[in-house]
Amino acid sequence: MEKHFWITTSPLDVQSCMDKVVRREAGAICTFTGIAREFTQGKKTLYLEYDAYIPMAEKQLARIGHEIQEMYPDAEVAIGHRIGKLDISEIAVVIAVSTPHRKAAFHACEYAIERIKEIVPIWKKENWEDGTEWIGDQRETTSYPEGKPMKGDM
Amino acid sequence: MVQLLFFAQLQEKIGQKQLEVEANGKTVKEIKDVFLAKYDIASLLEDAMVAINEEYATETDIVQSGDVVAFIPPVSGG
Repeated sequence: MEKHFWITTSPLDVQSCMDKVVRREAGAICTFTGIAREFTQGKKTLYLEYDAYIPMAEKQLARIGHEIQEMYPDAEVAIGHRIGKLDISEIAVVIAVSTPHRKAAFHACEYAIERIKEIVPIWKKENWEDGTEWIGDQRETTSYPEGKPMKGDM
Repeated sequence: MVQLLFFAQLQEKIGQKQLEVEANGKTVKEIKDVFLAKYDIASLLEDAMVAINEEYATETDIVQSGDVVAFIPPVSGG
């Protein structure tokens, strides 16, 4: 069977991720798409670069799938994350969760993206007009007044 | 031999993706102290998580010859 949890250098496609979780028992499929953002607190990004510890990242994505199935045994999960160079508005991550009913699918989808930002070894490098920086903690629990993490945050 | 892997800003600071070291029987903490002290990465290492053979590990875990130890800066996927 094709992979449900994968890292790729190729462009991602929402429909093909969604197709992996379609089944007759499911009445709901929730998808989340993370895309490369041009402006972060006023600072203009030219493009992003992602790197990953690929074998471990795929294992950690699968672990998130298992965590979701512990909460919702009827859930089916697929997550793809792109690495390499991404232009603005290209898809960085796609998550699809199918469940019998909608509420679990919504919750599981949000859970998955929050866990990605905690445990999956993938890194984003911002490329601005005036420099580059690897970005640290992106759980949106820390605010960066300069629009990027300062030394103490990294 | 133990293989050490570095990613993101750690990789750029060290200038290499990986190092091979004689670290059989050493803890993760000892590997940092013995092999990585010469690089200017103390604060980055402090913030980094560590994985042994693709599973998250702690500073006191002991590595064996053949293990792969990865130093994982705060992640920013998604």
